Amino acid sequence: MIGRASVPRSTTEGEPDDVTVRKRVPHRTDGGEAARARAHQPETDSDPDVLISARGLTKEFGDFVAVDGIDIDVRRGEAFGFLGPNGAGKSSTMRMIGCVSPLTEGSLTLFGMDPEADGPAIRGRLGVVPQKDLLDEELTVRENLLVYGRYFGLSRSVVAGRADELLRFAQLSDRADSPVEPLSGGMKRRLTIARALINAPEILLLDEPTTGLDPQARHVLWDRLYRLKQQGVTLVLTTHYMDEAEQLCDRLVVMDGGRIVAEGSPRELIERYSSREVVEVRYPDFDLEPHRDQLDLGDLAERVEVLPDRLLIYTHDGDAVSRIVDQSPDRPVSVLVRRSSLEDVFLQLTGRSLAG
Amino acid sequence: MTTTTLKVPPLGDFSRSMAALEYWLRAYRRTWRSSAVTAFVMPLVFLGAFGAGLGSLVDTDRAGGLGDVSYLAFVAPGILAGAAMQSAFSESTWPILSSRKWNGHYHAQAASPLTMPDIVTGHLLFIVFRLTLGAVAFVLIGALFGAFGSAWVVLAVPAAVLTGLAHAAPLIAFAVTRESDTDFSMLVRFVMTPLFLFAGTFFPVSQLPAAVEFLAWLTPLWHGTQLCRGLSMGDAGLLGSVGHLVYLLVWVVGGYALALRSYRKMLLS
Repeated sequence: MIGRASVPRSTTEGEPDDVTVRKRVPHRTDGGEAARARAHQPETDSDPDVLISARGLTKEFGDFVAVDGIDIDVRRGEAFGFLGPNGAGKSSTMRMIGCVSPLTEGSLTLFGMDPEADGPAIRGRLGVVPQKDLLDEELTVRENLLVYGRYFGLSRSVVAGRADELLRFAQLSDRADSPVEPLSGGMKRRLTIARALINAPEILLLDEPTTGLDPQARHVLWDRLYRLKQQGVTLVLTTHYMDEAEQLCDRLVVMDGGRIVAEGSPRELIERYSSREVVEVRYPDFDLEPHRDQLDLGDLAERVEVLPDRLLIYTHDGDAVSRIVDQSPDRPVSVLVRRSSLEDVFLQLTGRSLAG
Repeated sequence: MTTTTLKVPPLGDFSRSMAALEYWLRAYRRTWRSSAVTAFVMPLVFLGAFGAGLGSLVDTDRAGGLGDVSYLAFVAPGILAGAAMQSAFSESTWPILSSRKWNGHYHAQAASPLTMPDIVTGHLLFIVFRLTLGAVAFVLIGALFGAFGSAWVVLAVPAAVLTGLAHAAPLIAFAVTRESDTDFSMLVRFVMTPLFLFAGTFFPVSQLPAAVEFLAWLTPLWHGTQLCRGLSMGDAGLLGSVGHLVYLLVWVVGGYALALRSYRKMLLS
């Protein structure tokens, strides 16, 4: 059989929003030993709570190095994020973790197993939300779930019950028998998440879960993901949105050019790589270097970044900087004081804006 | 016969292949009506035009040189095999590209516990299912026309399915590597149509120039038409039939191996 065929079913009706989540299962004893032996990582071997462990993970496509020797450990129950611009290697990393892309070099274990040897068993415990939804648009919403559940070796009756439960969770019950094609982008995304949960996965992999969605749809999705996290599902996601990373991730790595350039919680990263506050200053013209040079901020400015359309002044006292800028002879069009964000971290680390 | 063709290694967990087949059957529910109508109308049209229509001309004074065999009896098993091949071409091209590129369902399958052998086998099983429906419908209509001289024609159904599968397996290996469907219309124009016309469907390949006749022997379709014809006319030689069978199986096994390779390359990069 494939993995564990039976999924714990909810014993209580509970909140309608609750989905059955796979409870902590004892460590598998069949298979995977060889993988653990090969992976020679004593610190994770002894720790069954490390669900994903990568060392020197590398992916090359011909001469192009998409992922350049990264190390990751993801623990049970964590929400772990890969933040970086397009082309940073996030999706390639996710595909390797999803066991659909062989490693070029390095080692990777999931649940202590080797993707090369135990791909089907590992994938049976993962939920995957790919960048494109990959739904069958001609089938109905419910049928998409029914079909997918069978791939995990679940019986028809288990899948049917699970589908109803997940449609409630994804707020799609009233569209259950509609074809997928006319659904909105946000609804399709929620259906894709529901499909990924059909096997009650221990880890949910989400590749840019809210790219292309409108702000309202994003918030609905974040709310659903937050609930899953509360129920103990380990979330691994990629994003190029700073707000998403700050909302969802307990811990994240910043990727650039296939490498990890920083790692920590969103707050830690901001404290380590940025100042407390940032003052954004815009001028009527875009020749900003002279404007920077005439500002006399003394010790107040830890750093000044010149972007094409504005100056960013990193400081511990935004109000003080704001007063000086306002009184300077070059009249700014606008002065905005805000808290530091991951965007600033990224800018500091790579010298480039994330949004590109 | 058809079951033998499916025991191609490496098969993986068979229940997973069946789960993949279930997806295709569910998707088929949406279009089965129109495809069922086609399955019955197509033999009517072909047997009417070639068997009854053209046949009446060929059979006059034995002008066709087929001895005492009616042209209908000659052409019906040929079209049975040829139609299976045509059906294999349409089932093994556009839907494959769609599953990889357009709706991307292959990628969704690859993210689940299904392995490449499961995905390939599941899809081929569905093609076998479609081929079986088509062949059964053809034999039923053909029997109404009185086209078959022997009860062995029942075995022409699996023979036709095998003929289709011998084309489907290498075709899916090719189709999954395509980036657009333009190659498929070329394939239909320059491979499928000449095969249908020259590989023993409408006339014995002995009528062809020697060099072309040799080429016709290499095509799996010629072996399919010969196999079906022997069974439907009841004069199949054992040795010859086994030879055709083995040749078709070689195409199935070879195509399956190629398909696994190209599916892995395209889906697991």
